[in-house]
Amino acid sequence: MSVVASSPAAGRRPAPRSRLQRFLTSSIGLKLIMAFSGVFLSLFALGHMLGNLQAYQGAEALDAYGALLHKEPALLWGVRLGLLGLVGMHIFAYLALTRRNNTARPKGYRQRKWRESSYASRSMTLTGPLLLAFIVYHILHLTTGTVHPDYEEGAVYHNLVTGLGGVNGLIYIAAMAMLAFHLWHGVWSMMLTLGLPEGRYGSLGRTVATIFTILVTVGFATVPLAVLTGVLHL
Amino acid sequence: MAGHGEEKLLNLTLNVWRQRNRGDAGRFETYKDEARDISTDMSFLEMLDVVNERLIKSGREPIAFDHDCREGICGQCGVVVNGSPHGPRKATTACQLHMRSFQDGDSLTIEPWRASAFPVVKDLMVDRSAFDRIVAAGGYISVRTGNAPEANNIPVPKYDADLSMDAAACIGCGACVAACPNASAMLFVAAKAEHLNLLPQGAPEKDSRVLAMIDQADGEGFGNCTNHGECEAVCPKEISMAFIARLNRDYLKASLKRPRASAAAGGAG
Ligand code: HEM
Ligand code: FES
Repeated sequence: MSVVASSPAAGRRPAPRSRLQRFLTSSIGLKLIMAFSGVFLSLFALGHMLGNLQAYQGAEALDAYGALLHKEPALLWGVRLGLLGLVGMHIFAYLALTRRNNTARPKGYRQRKWRESSYASRSMTLTGPLLLAFIVYHILHLTTGTVHPDYEEGAVYHNLVTGLGGVNGLIYIAAMAMLAFHLWHGVWSMMLTLGLPEGRYGSLGRTVATIFTILVTVGFATVPLAVLTGVLHL
Repeated sequence: MAGHGEEKLLNLTLNVWRQRNRGDAGRFETYKDEARDISTDMSFLEMLDVVNERLIKSGREPIAFDHDCREGICGQCGVVVNGSPHGPRKATTACQLHMRSFQDGDSLTIEPWRASAFPVVKDLMVDRSAFDRIVAAGGYISVRTGNAPEANNIPVPKYDADLSMDAAACIGCGACVAACPNASAMLFVAAKAEHLNLLPQGAPEKDSRVLAMIDQADGEGFGNCTNHGECEAVCPKEISMAFIARLNRDYLKASLKRPRASAAAGGAG
């Protein structure tokens, strides 16, 4: 396999570390962290999307749902901290993996032909940080109201309808397009990483990822679209 | 030997990566006169041989490239042709690629595998000894030598045997690393670990094997797999990335288990 006599393997192997240390720094360990947090973030997105659909039942239903979520502060904050932890794990793994990938090929090719990778897979390192920016904006917009033009505490339906018109609605829809890319590769990749032997396109995992992505992102995107088109109004 | 259809002659333009040694910065050089009248019946490496003869005749340094068997089984050859490791044909090593895959007037950019773990030795030759070290770290089974045991002593389910053989088809050429956007060696590691993990003879050392091989691959400076799938698309032996998923699963299992007192492989029995 090689043309040069090999130097002893031990020379380049990392020194023995504790199990946790090894897991937190190894390529597959980091990938598993990414996948594990990804599973829960995807499920959160699904649940959040389903919750949002209550906007179509009118102001009362949606506001009641909002009140329900805020009923138990301990539970609310538990979930918030959990989500923060998951996002933190996802970002930690992303930074560690990307840092190493950036040094693994110092000199690139003059010419490159892609065969099986997708726009989605190659843009993960871009859609990830963009989604983070969206989430920050989104929390300041609809949770704290900091950047909302007409925020009323507890009036979720009012905040949606007054907040998602115009440019803001378009930002939300653009973010959902980004989410679609991120989820389509992410959900499939997550299954592989968690050990489901998945093959090329057309496999069960691809189908699951495609259906999940369409369901979540289209479901989300209908709400700003409905505000923009006047279907949802005060 | 006659190829499919009639032999034709091609005039090509080659842009070839030339690098004197590891320290040299390297650059592309263009060959046009040297790449005239190339028979479509030649293999890609024979084409390079012809170009080299012409370079030598005009007193210039021939292009260094790796090769050995020239029949697609040793894994020694491999260059990136127009952005594709081993060239444009599926499931084909550079030595088995024929010039009939190209058109008259084509311009071919020929580059070495590019990865920090595969330093260029000269021109199109890279040092792939990192692969040897990964195999040395765990890609073996510890058995006593001696007479070969009776083949049917240990029953192996047909399905497992077939799957193991699919992984064992890896010739270690490194095209997976070359193709991977992250320069990850995961398909190679998966093939070299899983063809053993799948068999009863390899199962006892499964945990220490996957941990040691991944440690070694990480230490060599390969990137991390993010499931792009470019590796399986260019693999001349069409090894599926499903083996990467198996490796991931085995790694997770090994990480969750309590390490044994004697972690070192070997000394079994
Ligand atoms: C069109 C798409 C979306 C709409 C209309 C929407 C709507 C909302 C609303 C109204 C709230 C406030 C809930 C409340 O005050 O009780 C909220 C909170 C939140 N949303 Fe979204 N959302 C969308 C997409 C997303 C996406 C894609 C993510 C992340 C993947 C996300 C993550 C969050 C988070 C983390 C919170 C804060 C939860 C909290 O701690 O209270 N949202 N969203
Ligand atoms: S030279 Fe042996 S595989 Fe190409």
